[in-house]
Amino acid sequence: MTPLAEAPMQRERATTIYEKSKTGRRAAVLPDAGVPETPIEDLIPANLLRSDPPNLPEVAEPEIVRHYNRLSRRNFDLDSGFYPLGSCTMKHNPRLNERVAALPGHARLHPAQDPRRAQGALELMYLLQQSLSEICGLPGVSLQPSAGSHGELAGLLLTRAYHADRGETRSKVLAPDTAHGTNPASVTMAGYEVVKVATNERGGVDMDDLRAKIAAEGPDQIASLMLTNPNTLGLFDENIEEIAALIHEAGGTLYYDGANLNAIMGRTRPGDMGFDIVHLNLHKSFSQPHGGGGPGAGPIAVSSRIEPFLPRPQVVRKDAENGHGPSFDLDFDRPRSIGRLRGFQGNFGVFVRSYAYILSLGADGLTEASETAVLNANYLKARLAEGRAGERLPIAFDRHCMHEFVLSGRPMKNELGLATLDLAKRLLDFGFHPPTVYFPLLVDEALMVEPTETETKESLDAFADAIEEILAEAESDPEAAKNAPYSTPVRRLDEVRATRKPVVRQSFDAPAAAAATGEADFNDATSPSGGSDA
Amino acid sequence: MAEANYPDDLRYHDQHDWVRLDGDDAALFGITWFAQDTLGEVVFFEPPEVGTTVTKDQPYAEVESVKAVSDVIAPMSGEVTEVNDALSDSPEQINEDPYGEGWMIKVKLASPEEHESLLTAAEYQKLLDR
Repeated sequence: MTPLAEAPMQRERATTIYEKSKTGRRAAVLPDAGVPETPIEDLIPANLLRSDPPNLPEVAEPEIVRHYNRLSRRNFDLDSGFYPLGSCTMKHNPRLNERVAALPGHARLHPAQDPRRAQGALELMYLLQQSLSEICGLPGVSLQPSAGSHGELAGLLLTRAYHADRGETRSKVLAPDTAHGTNPASVTMAGYEVVKVATNERGGVDMDDLRAKIAAEGPDQIASLMLTNPNTLGLFDENIEEIAALIHEAGGTLYYDGANLNAIMGRTRPGDMGFDIVHLNLHKSFSQPHGGGGPGAGPIAVSSRIEPFLPRPQVVRKDAENGHGPSFDLDFDRPRSIGRLRGFQGNFGVFVRSYAYILSLGADGLTEASETAVLNANYLKARLAEGRAGERLPIAFDRHCMHEFVLSGRPMKNELGLATLDLAKRLLDFGFHPPTVYFPLLVDEALMVEPTETETKESLDAFADAIEEILAEAESDPEAAKNAPYSTPVRRLDEVRATRKPVVRQSFDAPAAAAATGEADFNDATSPSGGSDA
Repeated sequence: MAEANYPDDLRYHDQHDWVRLDGDDAALFGITWFAQDTLGEVVFFEPPEVGTTVTKDQPYAEVESVKAVSDVIAPMSGEVTEVNDALSDSPEQINEDPYGEGWMIKVKLASPEEHESLLTAAEYQKLLDR
């Protein structure tokens, strides 16, 4: 394909709101105060007053609107097209949830509101806890963690508290070599040491290696095993009961990374598999606009032996008494709790959307959502096993997948000179967000595809057709994909320069000058490929 | 270096490292063409300190590429006597000249006989073809 002429967005350098600032411009003219004004010096002690006003951009409202509208159009989002970013569950966010979240009683509730005046909100949180408990098959739930990674940290702190309560000190946490990168990171952050467990030829935990690692580290040193099931290869580990037995025998806790819950809702439950602690990504499995860094929610569900250590306060229901109906409260009286994990109770809007999602789908609907997610992934996997994709992009572990699957671009790279990254970039020109690339690390030139349940067969077919077309194009013109994308607001980013010489600050006084020398070229700002969730 | 290349005068470890003997009890370590090609463009190299002990089959350094951060595995055991400081400013040497300017550390070998257990260039390439 001939490169397109430069698009208007490509010609125009992305500017920051600070660069638009002109001294004295304002977005609004405020009316005079209706009461006598007191000089600020009379209200605040001199030593607490700042000497210079803060450096805030001074921009008129129309320019503010244009600025952010323009930025939003430079973005690829789920409302614009198919977004099969593996492990991120980019499912459609039902608009009903937005309506419910925007109700004034939800949207305008103040976090410092007295529990007696926030009964409806507490009831919703309590009912959401009940729902998540049922979905996970585990009795205790805390909504406090605000991201998947935060939930992981909570789970490890709970594990430590549980062992400390038994007078034990354990130092090692096992994780498969396919684990989400956040798992080892959380382990390290919690002060434990990671021990990697190998993967067997079916893509599951290598049982011999697991036994060997437990023996080598000493069973009394094993604090936990962190696992996601299905794992990051999109494969269900059939040995889960045996894995659970081995870990419990050693005295460790079994931790479930709920990032892949979308594959199993209503069909099986982490609690039934023997897991002690689960984190859920409400923003993934239970629909929530995500990918922009928040807000999210990473609630945890735990077994009864872990429950006493849950963060406090807990949202609790009090039975009816003295002629009053049941009421809801925040329970701080939890002496063995690991304490607070954040200020206030969490991102309430996320709770509202997720609860609305759970209620509107119901138990049968959630089951169907998971079944369709698995069906869509297997359909797309089968489509991509045909034609050129089947030859150049073979499946890494060839068996039925769950909600996602992982292809290897190694033959494509060897035979066509096209790296997985090139294919990903070329997909942008076809209007698709690329799948997750280069993860899991176990698979060479990995391409991790998660279509989700909310895509039509037509979307899945169009995506498979696009991959076929890109591979065909590469046979005659290998350079086409290597220079892609052509149609996006910015062309191929210099990821090496962005990593080696990242520009993370911009001077307020002379941003344009810095940009001119290339020191703060925000068109070049980039981030590593992959996760849209922390 | 665009084309795959595995010099015959080096020995190889199956975790994609090479060894070049320097006298009887010293050697240079680095990563192979395959390793740098798989990693993609290297943006950062974190070397061990001089004086550190490295153990055969254990990680001794980290390389970060645009794709991932990976451990570098020691092909033999010994003590680090020198590290390639130039890589901190120009880690791209690991991609451009993996067997030359991209060398990583020099080691005083603890067990020179370990050299015998390493793969020849032909054996290593056979492993890659599998």
